[in-house]
Amino acid sequence: MNWLAAPALPLDEAGKYVAAAYIVFLALILIYVAIMAAKLVRIDRELTELAEEDE
Amino acid sequence: MIRAATVILRKDLLLEWRTKEAVPAMTLFTITVYVLFHFGLDRDSLDGALAAGVLWVTLLLASVIGVTRLFAAEREQGGIDALLLAPVDRTALFLAKASALFLFLVAVEIVAVPAFDLLLLGPGLGGTLPELPLILLLGNLGVSAVGALVAALAAETRTRELIVPLLLLPLLVPLLISCAQATEPLMRQDQGPEDLGRWLGLLTLYDVVFVLVSVAVFDFLLED
Amino acid sequence: MYSKGLVPLAAATVVAVTTAFALVFFYAPLDGDQGFIQKVFYLHVPMAIVALGGFVAGGVFAIRHLRSGDPSWDLRSYVAIHLSIILGLGVLVTGAIWAKASWGHWWVWDEPVLVSFLVVFLLYCVYFPLRFSIEDPERQARYSSVFAITAGAFVPLNFTAVRLAEAYTHPRVLSQTGGSLPGEMRLTFLVGLVAMTLLFVTLWKFELTAKHAALQLSRLRRRRADREAVAA
Repeated sequence: MNWLAAPALPLDEAGKYVAAAYIVFLALILIYVAIMAAKLVRIDRELTELAEEDE
Repeated sequence: MIRAATVILRKDLLLEWRTKEAVPAMTLFTITVYVLFHFGLDRDSLDGALAAGVLWVTLLLASVIGVTRLFAAEREQGGIDALLLAPVDRTALFLAKASALFLFLVAVEIVAVPAFDLLLLGPGLGGTLPELPLILLLGNLGVSAVGALVAALAAETRTRELIVPLLLLPLLVPLLISCAQATEPLMRQDQGPEDLGRWLGLLTLYDVVFVLVSVAVFDFLLED
Repeated sequence: MYSKGLVPLAAATVVAVTTAFALVFFYAPLDGDQGFIQKVFYLHVPMAIVALGGFVAGGVFAIRHLRSGDPSWDLRSYVAIHLSIILGLGVLVTGAIWAKASWGHWWVWDEPVLVSFLVVFLLYCVYFPLRFSIEDPERQARYSSVFAITAGAFVPLNFTAVRLAEAYTHPRVLSQTGGSLPGEMRLTFLVGLVAMTLLFVTLWKFELTAKHAALQLSRLRRRRADREAVAA
């Protein structure tokens, strides 16, 4: 990492990039949770079907 | 084990000699890629890093064909089951397949490297002479070890033709780096070998690691 | 089976991630040369380290799977690689953002760690097509494990090769890593690393639990179908 030799950006410029990086991370985690939620919904539906068939 | 490997290797070489499938196709492919590079780069002659890069990228792309076809004979004739039913040591099978690929690559390079000199290389092959064959041999060793492993990994998948290049080419990146970097000074106009030892060392390390890994994991492939 | 300790782990993750973000923005001093953009470091580098750790862990689980033949180790390996791919995508995107802000380009080839990471990422992306084009479950697990071990051995080799190549074409005097950071920055970085590791382990256990539940459900269905076939 050669970041010590890189030029400094003014705060208002850099702020946007830092925010973008952290938003990417947050979005990644949220998309993952959403996909896992979709899978959970399917498990729940199949489990309900199985329970109803048993009645 | 060596005897079993020799038997399979002889069968593979005989089959290749009779059908002439892999080696002519790979050779033809390299010449075609040279033509593509000639037009794509719009250059009549190459030297230095560009020459080394074009040569090695072409050879590695050609090796994809060889790897895709490595278990083709067994698959098409149902021979893979026969091979697996016979109590053949997996290490022997790996050695045979890797050696076959190694010999195919040598055969391709005997034509493809002089053809590269003829068609594209500016400074001429003379200046590369003691070192380039050594780099080619060490490179082939690595490609053969990784190639045999990738061929076996992809042998049982439905989408073999897709898996082989996608798997093989990233795995060959360190090999491409060391081979191209080692070849580059030899193909410069004002040549003089630099740092050859470092790249040959890295290449040897790559070869050793992948021969060992392949031997270690090959037992778990192609078994039933 | 996989869910043991998931709840306290999730709680610890919440605390660690919140602390890490608070430290990044309210405690760590502004970098003298890079200024505010250096704050990406506390996200990007721990994410890269944890993703690589996940790939290596996937290889270790794969070895245990091949040794024991227990498919649960293959499931652990699969989920570790899956999560590392997701984090890996984050590493590449945040790396590109950092490069754009620092050097004005979205991608720089003379950053050996990022370039190596791209090659490793491309290789591991093939894990999924390979795995899902093998139908027999036992063979699928075995071949996936062989891939995970091979790719695990490839990771350090690739990093060495790319670093050598880039050092050769772009000689540089200064090479800065976490080792020589000033105290407050180092503390922030270490807390970030711990938080990222906890997040990874929590999500790993979470996904394993979900996968396990789905497997149990299909087992139940199969058994019911068998019973009905016998009754009819």
